[in-house]
Amino acid sequence: MKKIIKYVMIDILRNKIMLAYTVFLLLISLSIFNLEDNSAKGLLSLLNIILIVVPLVSILFSSIYVYNSAEFLELLASQPLKRRTLWLSIFSGVSGSLVLAFFVGAGIPILLYEPTPTGFIMLGSGIMLSVIFVSVAMLATVKIRDKAKGIGVAILLWLYFSLLFDGLVMFLLFQFADYPLDKAMVAVSLLNPIDLSRILILLKMDISAMMGYTGAIFKNYFGTNSGLLLSGMVLLMWVVMPLWLSVRKFNRKDL
Amino acid sequence: MIIANNVSKKFGKLKALDNVSVTCNKGECIALIGPNGSGKTTLIKTILGMVVCDNGFITVNEKNILHDWHYRSNIGYMPQIGRYPENMTIGQILDMMKDIRSKNDHILDEDLVQQFKLNELLDKRMRTLSGGTRQKVSAALAFLFNPDVLILDEPTAGLDPVSAEMLKEKIIKEKTKGKLILVTSHILSELDELVTQVIYMQDGQLHFHKDIATLRTETGQQKLSKAIATVMLKMSS
Repeated sequence: MKKIIKYVMIDILRNKIMLAYTVFLLLISLSIFNLEDNSAKGLLSLLNIILIVVPLVSILFSSIYVYNSAEFLELLASQPLKRRTLWLSIFSGVSGSLVLAFFVGAGIPILLYEPTPTGFIMLGSGIMLSVIFVSVAMLATVKIRDKAKGIGVAILLWLYFSLLFDGLVMFLLFQFADYPLDKAMVAVSLLNPIDLSRILILLKMDISAMMGYTGAIFKNYFGTNSGLLLSGMVLLMWVVMPLWLSVRKFNRKDL
Repeated sequence: MIIANNVSKKFGKLKALDNVSVTCNKGECIALIGPNGSGKTTLIKTILGMVVCDNGFITVNEKNILHDWHYRSNIGYMPQIGRYPENMTIGQILDMMKDIRSKNDHILDEDLVQQFKLNELLDKRMRTLSGGTRQKVSAALAFLFNPDVLILDEPTAGLDPVSAEMLKEKIIKEKTKGKLILVTSHILSELDELVTQVIYMQDGQLHFHKDIATLRTETGQQKLSKAIATVMLKMSS
């Protein structure tokens, strides 16, 4: 397994897109931290960029990469290797390099300018989001054979998680405004890893007061250590579940 | 050595394999013959585990291939259309395969690498290669690890006559070592000197599996191409 991860990583790290992504994150985060005199404010600006860019790059890059390595998969599937090993190696290679790019591009500036618990949570959720969206992309690519269709679905998935989901939640909130939905909202937010990360970071920033009564409920749930642990578990589930489903599918896929 | 038992596979509505049962033993050289789309490549791919069959099972060395992946270390496979990572060089591909498959006691068989002069092309990227050179890489990879079973899908298609002859000689050499060889080809004349048995497939069904000597006496034809033609005529009438 190590050997295949090695080949995948070498292949990706030579890729110029990966370098561009790292440099882009590095430029953005450095300029934000240097522009704002209060680095906590800088963190907030960075948060919005990270929550948009990281999932987009992760899901698009990994789905394109998996489609482009169809030949690689086909070649290795006829060799004495387990299908599962092959698939998990691709996953580890892709997510490893994306995490590395994120860490160099955004993680190091965060650690330099804002080495607070909030900064660490942001770093952690950025890494988790990278891995989660690789996992989601793997599930989408294994289900869809056609490359153009698959990449389209990847873009739609990103759109869903970063825009449509919030719209749906708003819609539900207004429709059922007469009912006490505060607790239900906590459960709903678990269904979207991007929202979950946003809530986690915002709560750590102590600006939850801006979110009104719901913010207080959120604070009750996510602000505590057990809430943090629970949301960490949920994020982990977001990695494991799509990946597990994709492995199952890949094991029986005709190459 | 390889036993397929009532193997069926559907691609959508198309029955690619329909209740195929085959037994292949060591030392045999078997030709898989049949019209285009008769399921030859699908059968090969199910044996390799690249296509998972809907029904039935396949055992290699008495182990069901569904639960055992080590068996592939005994197989050398040359695909009909070799697809390789486009931006890797020949050298990198060879190194990668050696890295993945090598065991300490393995003696590498680099005959074909040398005969095809692939050593001079090690820096060439796969996307720049011609179809024939790709075939040479596939052939060299299939023989590289001295496997007990060789599965060759249209081995000489796209090769120049000299290289095709080299490959044929290599196949004969491996046959005399008592390996199991499965070949598909549409050029029946070149199978004449190779094969000991013939499997004929049509529309996903296995029509017969016979010794070549039996086939010759039954049809009264010495040449394989004529013999097969006689059989095909008989079937259609």
